[in-house]
Amino acid sequence: MKTPRERIGLALIALALIALPFVLAAAGTAWVRITNFAVLFVLLSLGLNIVVGFAGLLDLGYVAFYAVGAYVYALLASPHFGLHLPFWVILPIGAAVACIAGVILGAPTLRLRGDYLAIVTLGFGEIVRIFMNNLSAPVNLTNGPKGINRIDSFQIGPVNFSSTDTLAGLAFSGPIKYYYFLLLVLLAVIVINRRLQDSRIGRAWVAIREDEVAAKASGINTRNIKLLAFAMGASFGGIAGGMFAAMQTFVSPESFVLNESIMVLAMVVLGGMGNIWGVIAGAMLLSFVPELLRYTVEPAQMALFGKLLVDPEVLRMLVFGLALVLTMRFRPAGLWPETRHRREMSENRR
Amino acid sequence: MNTVLLEARNIGKRFGGVQAHGAGKTTLFNVFTGLYPRDSGEVWFGGAPLGLESPHAVAAAGIARTFQNIRLFGNMTALENVMVGRHVRTRAGVFGAILRSRAERAEEAAIRRRGDELLHYVGIADRANDLARHLSYGDQRRLEIARALATDPKLLALDEPAAGMNATETAALRSLIEGLRKDGLTVLLIEHDVKLVMGLCDRVAVLDYGEKIAEDVPEAVRANPKVIEAYLGTGTA
Repeated sequence: MKTPRERIGLALIALALIALPFVLAAAGTAWVRITNFAVLFVLLSLGLNIVVGFAGLLDLGYVAFYAVGAYVYALLASPHFGLHLPFWVILPIGAAVACIAGVILGAPTLRLRGDYLAIVTLGFGEIVRIFMNNLSAPVNLTNGPKGINRIDSFQIGPVNFSSTDTLAGLAFSGPIKYYYFLLLVLLAVIVINRRLQDSRIGRAWVAIREDEVAAKASGINTRNIKLLAFAMGASFGGIAGGMFAAMQTFVSPESFVLNESIMVLAMVVLGGMGNIWGVIAGAMLLSFVPELLRYTVEPAQMALFGKLLVDPEVLRMLVFGLALVLTMRFRPAGLWPETRHRREMSENRR
Repeated sequence: MNTVLLEARNIGKRFGGVQAHGAGKTTLFNVFTGLYPRDSGEVWFGGAPLGLESPHAVAAAGIARTFQNIRLFGNMTALENVMVGRHVRTRAGVFGAILRSRAERAEEAAIRRRGDELLHYVGIADRANDLARHLSYGDQRRLEIARALATDPKLLALDEPAAGMNATETAALRSLIEGLRKDGLTVLLIEHDVKLVMGLCDRVAVLDYGEKIAEDVPEAVRANPKVIEAYLGTGTA
């Protein structure tokens, strides 16, 4: 059981998270949106963490499942096909379709490891994007590179997530509503991840990561357990994709490029593979730092030099690269590694 | 690999194979535990053929093994290693784990209990929460045996368990194997340590270049001229 102190701590964190969007809204609705996208990336990172962190399968095409989820939502809730299903129907469908995509990717790659697996998954990610780009003829399925727009926002009863409602004197804007919804989804995903980690299945994943031959000989059906990892990771990606489509109200293949897969992988690695809290921290860090730079670098340069010398976008990649190199140099297991890894490293230092 | 017929009768026997280096012991092991494909022939177990089985199915059928070059899950704790061994005898799936159903929680508790028991049994209970890679060599061997025992085997196949052990560790291993037999387990021991095999086993088979050249009670094998030749050469040099 939790000590009273821990309970108070948790309650304070919960309160802070509930109050957060209003604080951010005071600084501008853009910050609420940025936060929402950060949470979306946390969801993606936690999904990828199952595949890469727990089961040790290097997946460079993870964004494909995000794309699948987003397009499922777009197709079922937009004027494109004239379908307008409610989100609570579509999100599970998106998760299921992404799950199937995960198995389709997983099945032929079961015998591959490391670099070889990475290359095949990378190819898979690109194939999905190219499909989205070209499935506009002969039957216009995805509307090609133009993408699908006017996607429905979430609607719960009379509350629509695209407009602002006022309740008890507080203005609940669209992004704030999405924020709370994302927070609930995130909470569920964290609970699911933690429970899986400490379960028979979670141990089997880690066993495969540690030594596949020994895992087989210990009676683990490695084929099924690996497919399960792909399927679980992909489902989370599918849910995140559906939320992305609804928040943006627009999807196009451009959002699902290789860079996004690399970004999510960087979040997992930077934070600490296999550790849920580390992965969350990594995703938050890599989501917010670029935005902070965007908002500070330009005004700072204007104030100092009177003109823009370095584009924030350039600086962003520079900071990214530097952060990753430094992490790999000084904390190779990530900023907040899996407890087992951390213990091991401190013992080495002694 | 040529035809090898090994037969272990009766629960509670120890069956040992001693071989000269490179005779195909480990290959034989990998073949019958499903890690290597078989060209022909069958593995019979418990009165029925195993069929062309995958390793996990072999484990499910009741054959557990250890590896010559210890293969533990290094970044998992000793207890977790043993808990992984329970995988094949338990059922909880993703939904059970996510929902923490009553059945799942009961099963987890049972897995943990059994893990603790087995760590006690092999004598490394005090290292339960240490990472497997930090255990001493002898303890790692014990942990591997505990993990194998966790699959509830009828036959425990040990691939050179005494390799790299000093005399004290070998003696401790020996008493551990004695105990296993007393508890009714059939042990298949593959080993070059002739003294260990001769002292422990009820029946011994000798392989040379993938062929079985002798199989009998230890005393008879020791006296078998073919065995002496395989081990010491023909003496005409």
